[in-house]
Amino acid sequence: MTGPLRIERRLDAPGWLKVVVPLASLVLAAIIVAILLLATGHNPLSTYHQMYSAAITADGALSSSFVYATPLLFTGLCAAFAFRMRTWNIGGEGQLYMGAVGASATGLVLGHWPAPLVIIAMVVGGALAGMLWAEIPALLRAYLRTNEILTSLMLNYVAGFVVYYLIYDSGSYWRDLTTPGASVFPTGKTLGPHANWPGITIGSFTLPLGFVLGLGLAVGLFLLVRSTRYGFEMRVMGDAPRAADYSGIRTKRKILSVMAISGGIAGVAGSSQIGDFGHVLDPRGLEQAQYGYTGIVVAALALYNPLAVVLVSLLIGGLTNAGFALEGPSFPTGLVGTMEGIILFTVLGGEILARYRLSWRRRPAPATGTTS
Amino acid sequence: MLDAGDDHTALAAGAGLASSLSGAAPGPRALAVQAIDMTKRFPGVLANDHVSFEAAPGEVHALLGENGAGKTTLCNLLMGLYRPDEGKLFIEGKPARFRSPKDAQDAGIFMVHQHLRLVESMTVAENVVLGAAGARQLRFSPRAVEKAVAEAAARFQMSVDPAARIWQLSLGQRQRVEVLKALCRGARILILDEPTAVLTPQEADQLFSSVRDMAAAGRTVIFISHKLPEVLAVAERVTVLRHGRSVTTVPTAGTGADDLAGLMVGREVSLAPTARVAHEPGPAVLELAGVCARGDLGTEALKDITLQVRAGEILGIAGVSGNGQRELAEVITGLRPTTAGTIRIGGARLAAGGPRAAIDLGVAYVPEDRMGTAIAPDLSIAENLMLKSYRGKARGWGPVLSRRKAIANAQEMMARFDVRAPGPTTLVRQLSGGNIQKVVLARELSCQPRLVVAASPTRGLDVGATQYVRRVLAGTAAAGVGVVMVSEDLDEIFELSDRIAVFYAGRVVGTLKATEADRHRVGLMMAGAT
Ligand SMILES: Nc1ncnc2c1ncn2[C@@H]1O[C@H](COP(=O)(O)OP(=O)(O)OP(=O)(O)O)[C@@H](O)[C@H]1O
Ligand SMILES: [Mg+2]
Repeated sequence: MTGPLRIERRLDAPGWLKVVVPLASLVLAAIIVAILLLATGHNPLSTYHQMYSAAITADGALSSSFVYATPLLFTGLCAAFAFRMRTWNIGGEGQLYMGAVGASATGLVLGHWPAPLVIIAMVVGGALAGMLWAEIPALLRAYLRTNEILTSLMLNYVAGFVVYYLIYDSGSYWRDLTTPGASVFPTGKTLGPHANWPGITIGSFTLPLGFVLGLGLAVGLFLLVRSTRYGFEMRVMGDAPRAADYSGIRTKRKILSVMAISGGIAGVAGSSQIGDFGHVLDPRGLEQAQYGYTGIVVAALALYNPLAVVLVSLLIGGLTNAGFALEGPSFPTGLVGTMEGIILFTVLGGEILARYRLSWRRRPAPATGTTS
Repeated sequence: MLDAGDDHTALAAGAGLASSLSGAAPGPRALAVQAIDMTKRFPGVLANDHVSFEAAPGEVHALLGENGAGKTTLCNLLMGLYRPDEGKLFIEGKPARFRSPKDAQDAGIFMVHQHLRLVESMTVAENVVLGAAGARQLRFSPRAVEKAVAEAAARFQMSVDPAARIWQLSLGQRQRVEVLKALCRGARILILDEPTAVLTPQEADQLFSSVRDMAAAGRTVIFISHKLPEVLAVAERVTVLRHGRSVTTVPTAGTGADDLAGLMVGREVSLAPTARVAHEPGPAVLELAGVCARGDLGTEALKDITLQVRAGEILGIAGVSGNGQRELAEVITGLRPTTAGTIRIGGARLAAGGPRAAIDLGVAYVPEDRMGTAIAPDLSIAENLMLKSYRGKARGWGPVLSRRKAIANAQEMMARFDVRAPGPTTLVRQLSGGNIQKVVLARELSCQPRLVVAASPTRGLDVGATQYVRRVLAGTAAAGVGVVMVSEDLDEIFELSDRIAVFYAGRVVGTLKATEADRHRVGLMMAGAT
């Protein structure tokens, strides 16, 4: 029958849980990771100190944490915005690839324009490409009622193939065919100097332009959801789809437009990857980073709140950065991955368990002493 | 399945034996239920304030009180859905501390909730075994369960097809499934939270005879209803709740409906029917000509409907539930496409543009399924009140909505319709059943409509709120609005309607003037006689 540990749904969750649970989860994660580190022969305290310095205090550490956080900020917003309406756009990954394709195209074609205009063109190009890619699952969902989780996920693979094709298997506009080694080691064309996005430098700290853009976007999306008619419709649709129909909301259009915005944000993540960091369309780099999928985790941890996405993306960006700094001969990549996994799992698990009540049940022991 | 229920009972009895052996003091007397000073606080609300009541085995005990008085909360405490902040509970003489509904069910307590909780895509039989002891033993054989359910249905005279899927059933049938589920799983104490709100009078009578059978077999039934005649007819004793406190318990013998109403409200109330002022109706606001439409199952649900409603007129739609009334309401409000015929509202043809077109033509709609259709439960009262008006200029500037105006408007409407809640930002999910109904009515009746389509407008409302809503409907009509009122409650139909259209099998079998119609005739027409 039922074991002693019982999980019950809370009908009346107190408000303070929202703050206490994530903090407690982080502490718990730190303890579990410490045990793991001890078991593998590492000193937890010095490892934590190393991580802290690699993420924040060391020379250039903070800047590089922001480098990792920037794409996650966009993909996190992409997922959080669509999920708020229970439109499950899992396609941030593919929309980011397409955004990178669009942004590098505009950056290459318009490279001779003045820098501000090129930057704007790249943002628009990336956003449009991401939008168009997101409209495929959106149209299917709105008019044929297909499940957008599956279609948007599948389209990630398609987008992956498209980017590979452009650089490795074709003589496309994006591919560099002029340099001598180009046929042996295919690469994309490097964008011109006007297409390099300037960072905002304060002392030794550099803030990528993309992050500033993402920050503005987060505030904008927060206000959009909270205090506009558009956001009101989203919330009604997310909470009660049938009430949305009843109240005269045009639900099909709504799906198309929310997916367009969501895909557009992921597209700008692609723009920022090209303009802020890579300056070249690099299929392998994009694919290995998996920013689109991590963005889903960011959104979930932020409870789909755009402002919280900013904080969570910084947390995970810093963690990723620290993880890379730890890797070395005595510290295998697998261990870093396991640590990151434990932290995410604990925090996410805490969010879910906050909605339930855990209890140990003391069964009245039968007087005869027999056990059932 | 009945077997599974029985061994469940045995198990629960075993656990009870164990707990009494382990030294727990038994309650004063072997009452089925004894609740003492039960208290439950929610943020900003004292939902139950030292509520006490008791019910004997074989008793039908009614809980009575205004909307928001705390009846459902009390039942949820009995079921272990909430934990009491204070108070003691004895079940069959033994102290009970339930941590979850599972514990309560193990002790033989089952509840049929105000808002039904069935899995719509599953069959009746599957819903019955869901979560039951038998289901865990991997011995689930659909045939056997269906047979057991059919047997239980026959024993308690509740006809329902065990193989039918829930979404195909009417609300009344669904509720019968909930009762069956509890009985099949060994309920000794059955809580029915406003069971008759969704039933036709005939279905309610059937339920009452089942309830009497159960009580005769020694089961205890706790029964909540706002319909005083029902309470007087089925219950032996009534506990009255007012503002979260238990005021008194009275036997029904020798008590009248106005006595109960007075106890509930705390002052004398008159149960006089709403007066309609006779006046000449204006031009037609709703015209249906040859309208046909399909139902959810793809069969023809509306067949060649031709109707007219004039300004200032209330047209009552009578009929047994499931004869096309819901489809009629949905067709008029643009939620269901027609397959033939035309609909005109205020002379303008209703385009096939979905509900938005109907709303723009001034159609207000109070649907039958309020929780599922008319409410976003996780949004606030203020937000739910602007579900239809949020597009209007008065709500904000350009794309931005004004929070301040929404709150001010909500405060006004809550005062007008007596919505009892801590404030306009309270989530609708946290309201009592009747107060949710009031939110829907407040929104739909205050948007200055040209035509109101209202399905069972007073369902779930207490006596005072029912009278208020009826007065508002009469007043709305007097102000020149056309009203289509679907109701299974013939009293309501006769009290308010100018004309009565009787539906049977998707057709209008006849339209009568209310002054010339008599109940017997309408009853026959509802059964298909013309
Ligand atoms: N989960 C909850 N959170 C906050 N407040 C609640 C919650 N459940 C109920 N309440 C409040 O407690 C009070 C009592 O509600 P309850 O549902 O018990 O009323 P009721 O007597 O069943 O009324 P009705 O006849 O309308 O169904 C109401 O004011 C309601 O708003
Ligand atoms: Mg209730």
